[in-house]
Amino acid sequence: MALAFSGLNLVLFGYALSVFKSGDGSTLAFSAPWLPDFSLSLSFALDGFSLLLVGLTCLLIPLIVLSTFKIKYENASLFYGLILLTQVALIGVFMAQDIFLFYFFFEAALVPVYFLSIKWGGRNAAKAVFKMFVYTVLGSLFMLVGLVYLYTKAQTGNMQAIVDSIEFLPATAQYLLFAGFVLAFAIKMPLFPFHTWQANAYSESPTAATMLLGGLLSKMGVYGIIRLVLPFSPMGVKEYGLLVLTLGVVGLIYGSIVAVKQSNLKRLLAYSSFAHMGLMAAGVLSGTLEGMQGAMFQMMAHGINTVGLFFVVKIIFERTGVRSLESLGGLSQDAPRLSIYFMIILLGSVALPLTNGFVGEFLLLKGVFDSHTLLGVIAGISIILGAVYMLRLFQKSMFGEKQNEGQTIRDVSGSESVVLLVISALVLIMGVFPNYILKISEPASLQLLEYLTQI
Amino acid sequence: MFLGFSENKKLVFPLSIFFMVLALGLGFVDWNAPGFYFNNMIEVNNESIVFSSIVISSAILVLMLSEGFKDFEFAQPAEYYALIQLSLVGTIMMISYENLIMLFLGIEILSVALYVLTGSDKRNIRGNEAAIKYFLMGAFATGILLFGIAMFYGSQGSFDIHALSGLEERNTEELGFLWIGCTFMLIGLTFKVSAAPFHFWAPDVYEGAPTIFTAFMATVVKTAGFVAIYRILSITFQDISAFWWIIIAILTCLSLIIGNVTAVKQDSFKRMMAYSSISHAGFMLMALLGDMEKASGTIMFYSVAYTLATVAGFGVLMAVSKHRLENGRPYEKIDLFTGLAKDNGLLTGVLVISLLSLSGIPLTAGFWGKFFVFSGVAAKGFYAFLILAILMSAISIYYYFKPISYCFSKAGTLSKVHLHGSTKLILVLCTIGTILLGIFPNVLRSIF
Repeated sequence: MALAFSGLNLVLFGYALSVFKSGDGSTLAFSAPWLPDFSLSLSFALDGFSLLLVGLTCLLIPLIVLSTFKIKYENASLFYGLILLTQVALIGVFMAQDIFLFYFFFEAALVPVYFLSIKWGGRNAAKAVFKMFVYTVLGSLFMLVGLVYLYTKAQTGNMQAIVDSIEFLPATAQYLLFAGFVLAFAIKMPLFPFHTWQANAYSESPTAATMLLGGLLSKMGVYGIIRLVLPFSPMGVKEYGLLVLTLGVVGLIYGSIVAVKQSNLKRLLAYSSFAHMGLMAAGVLSGTLEGMQGAMFQMMAHGINTVGLFFVVKIIFERTGVRSLESLGGLSQDAPRLSIYFMIILLGSVALPLTNGFVGEFLLLKGVFDSHTLLGVIAGISIILGAVYMLRLFQKSMFGEKQNEGQTIRDVSGSESVVLLVISALVLIMGVFPNYILKISEPASLQLLEYLTQI
Repeated sequence: MFLGFSENKKLVFPLSIFFMVLALGLGFVDWNAPGFYFNNMIEVNNESIVFSSIVISSAILVLMLSEGFKDFEFAQPAEYYALIQLSLVGTIMMISYENLIMLFLGIEILSVALYVLTGSDKRNIRGNEAAIKYFLMGAFATGILLFGIAMFYGSQGSFDIHALSGLEERNTEELGFLWIGCTFMLIGLTFKVSAAPFHFWAPDVYEGAPTIFTAFMATVVKTAGFVAIYRILSITFQDISAFWWIIIAILTCLSLIIGNVTAVKQDSFKRMMAYSSISHAGFMLMALLGDMEKASGTIMFYSVAYTLATVAGFGVLMAVSKHRLENGRPYEKIDLFTGLAKDNGLLTGVLVISLLSLSGIPLTAGFWGKFFVFSGVAAKGFYAFLILAILMSAISIYYYFKPISYCFSKAGTLSKVHLHGSTKLILVLCTIGTILLGIFPNVLRSIF
C-alpha cells in the first residue's frame, strides 16, 4: 500500500518533469492564502533546485519502502504511514516558496523520523535520537529568529518578494542572519563541529530511518543554504562564506580519517556521509558554477548511494548478525550477487570515473579549488582517504577468511534485488550521462550566481 | 444561570453539561450587539463573547473527563459541579468587567470555589496542604489587588476602567498613587496566572489537587486571568504603557527562565506541567509586550492551543494513573508512562501530540501560538526577548520529550488501560483540534 502511494508520487513526478521547461520556475506553481492577516501563503513552486530534490525524494522513498519488505514490523501501518509523512514534509521543504512554510516543513520532517527511530530502533535509540532532536530543533529555532526578522522587515513571507527588498538590509543584520541560518543547516547536514549527534543517531535508528536521515533529511541542510543563506544574506556569504567553506573541508578530512578507524559498519557509513556533506557545503559556498552544480549533482548521487550502502549493510547484518568489521569476511563466496551490487555502489561512493560519485566530486573539488587553491588541494586528499576506508570495508567483509564455517549466507533475492539493481543502474547511468541532471539545475544555478555577483 | 439540582445524582452530570452548552449558545445572542449591562458593570462585545465561549468550552472539556467523579472516594459530585459552575461565573465576570469592583468580585468568586476544589480530596494530606497554601497566598494576592484598586480609586475617583484621563494635569504625587495602584493590581492578577515571581503556589497546588481540578485551574483560570490582565492594560492603563511595560517585561523574563529551567528537573508529571504552565504564562505575557492591537487575537489563539494540549495531557494522566496506585493514591511520576506505546496506541498518540503542541513543534497548534507571540514581539523590534524565548523553547523540548521517551521505552510495566467513552471522545477531540489548528491556523484567526 505504502509502495503504491510512493510509486504514484514517482509517476506524478515523471509528469512534473515532462512539464518542466528549464529556466522557467513558474511552470509548476501553486499558491493559496494561509494566514491572510500575516500575508503568509501556501505557495509551492518547482525550479531547477527543487525539481531535482523532489525527484530524489520521490525516487528514494519507494526504494526505502521496498527495502523493508523482507522484515515484518509490528504495527506496520504506522511504520509506513510515518515514512510517507516524512515524504510529504520533504517535498514540502523542497517546494516551499514562503519562508515560514519552509520552516514549517523543515521542522515537521524531523518528527516522523524521530518516532520511527524510537519505536523501531535499537536499545539506545531513544537517547541518540533525542540528542539529535534537541540539537536540530535548537538550530532551527535560531533560523526562526532570522525568518521572523526577515518577515518584519519585508512584511511578507514570500521568498521572491524578500529577495527584492534585501538590499535594504544593513550589513550587520545580514551577518547575523547568516550566522543563524548556517547554524541551523550546519546542524542538519551535519557540518563540523556540529556533527556529534550523527553517528549515534544513524547507528541506533532502524535502517529505514537511517536511510531517510542520511539520504534525504541531510539534503535539506544543503538545500537550505542554497534557498535561504545565499539569497538572503549575500554580504554574509561574501564576508564569512570562506569560514564555512573551511569548516566543510575540515569536516571532510576529519570525517574521512575517523571513518578509516571505524569498525562498526553503520558508524563507518555515518562518518563517510558526514565527510561528503562537508564537501557539498564547501561547494555551495565556493561561489563558482562548478561548485554549485557539483553540489546539486552530488546531492542526488550521495542520496542514492547512501541508501544503497545502508541497505547492503542491513542485509549483511540480517544474514550474519554482526555489525563489526572485524568479525566479517568471505561473504562473496556465498553471496556473489550481493558483492557485485555492493562493489558498484561503493565505487560510486569513492568517485571512480563513470560512476555518479565521480561527476559530483570532480565538479565540487574543481569549484573549491577555483575559489581557494589551498583548501582545494586539501580537499583532494579526501578522495584517497575515501578509497582507503571504503575499499577496506569491502575487502574485510566480502573477501578474506570466511568467518563461522558451515554457516551459509543467503544471497540477495526478490525485493532486495530490485532495490539494489535500481540503485546500481542509477549509479552507472548517472555516471555516464550526467548532463541530463546538470542541465535541469544549470539555469537556476547561473541565476543565483549572477545575483550573488551583483551585490 | 446554573445550580439548583441535586436530588437525583444521576442527572447532575448530563444536566450541568446541558446548561453549560446552553450558556455557551446564549452568549452568542449578543454577537455583534455590544452593550453595557447591570448599571455599566459589565461590558459585552464580540471579544468578550469569544473569550467567554473559550472558557465555557474548556470547562465542558474538563468536566467531560470526570466520568461523573465515580472513582472519587467520599465524592460529592453535585457540589463539585456547583463549584465549577460558580467559578465559571467568576471567570466570565473577569472577562467582561467594566468596573474594577466586578473584577474583584469575579476573582473572589473564582478563587473561593477553587480553594475548596483544591482540597476536595479530603483524605489526601498533600491536597489539604495545597488548599491551605493556595488559600493563604491567594488571600494575600487578592488583598494586594484590592489595595491596588483602592489606590486607583484614590487617584481617579472612579472604579470605571475607562476612567483614566487627564494625565497631563496631574502632579507627581497623584501619579504616584496611580503607579502604585497599577503595580499592585498587576501583582494581584499575575498571581492568578502563576507568573513568576508569584508562582510559588503553583507546583504544590497543581500536584496536591485532584488531577481534574488541576486541569481546570491550568486552563480555564489561566485564560480568564490573562483576559483580565489584557483588559486592564489595554483599556485602563493604555496611556501609561511605558510604566507597566517594564513590569511585564521583568515578569515575562522571570517566568520563562524559572518555569523552563525548573521544569527540567521535575520527576512528577503534574509538577512538570505546573512549571510548564508558568513558562506558558511567560509566553502569554510576552504577547502583551508586542503589538497591543494583535495581542487579543494572540492570547486567544495561544490559550485555545494551550487548553487543548493541557486537557489532553492531564486526561491521559488521569486515565493511566488510575490504574496504578501507590499507597492508595494514583501514581503520578513521569515514569508512569513507561511502555505506554506498546498496547495503548491511542493514549500514546494523544499524549505525544499534546506534548508536541506544548513544546511548539510545527503541525500542532502550539507552534502557531508561539509564532504569533514571536512575530508580535519582533514587530516592535525586541529581538532580545525573542532570543531568550527561543532558548527557553529549546529547553522546554528537553522536558516535554521525557514522557515521550518513557512511552516508547522497551521495558513495559503497564497493564491495559480502560477508557470511558466520554474520556476517549474528549481526548480525540482535543487531538484533532490541535492538529487542525496546527495546519489551518486561520480557522481561529479569522474570528477577529
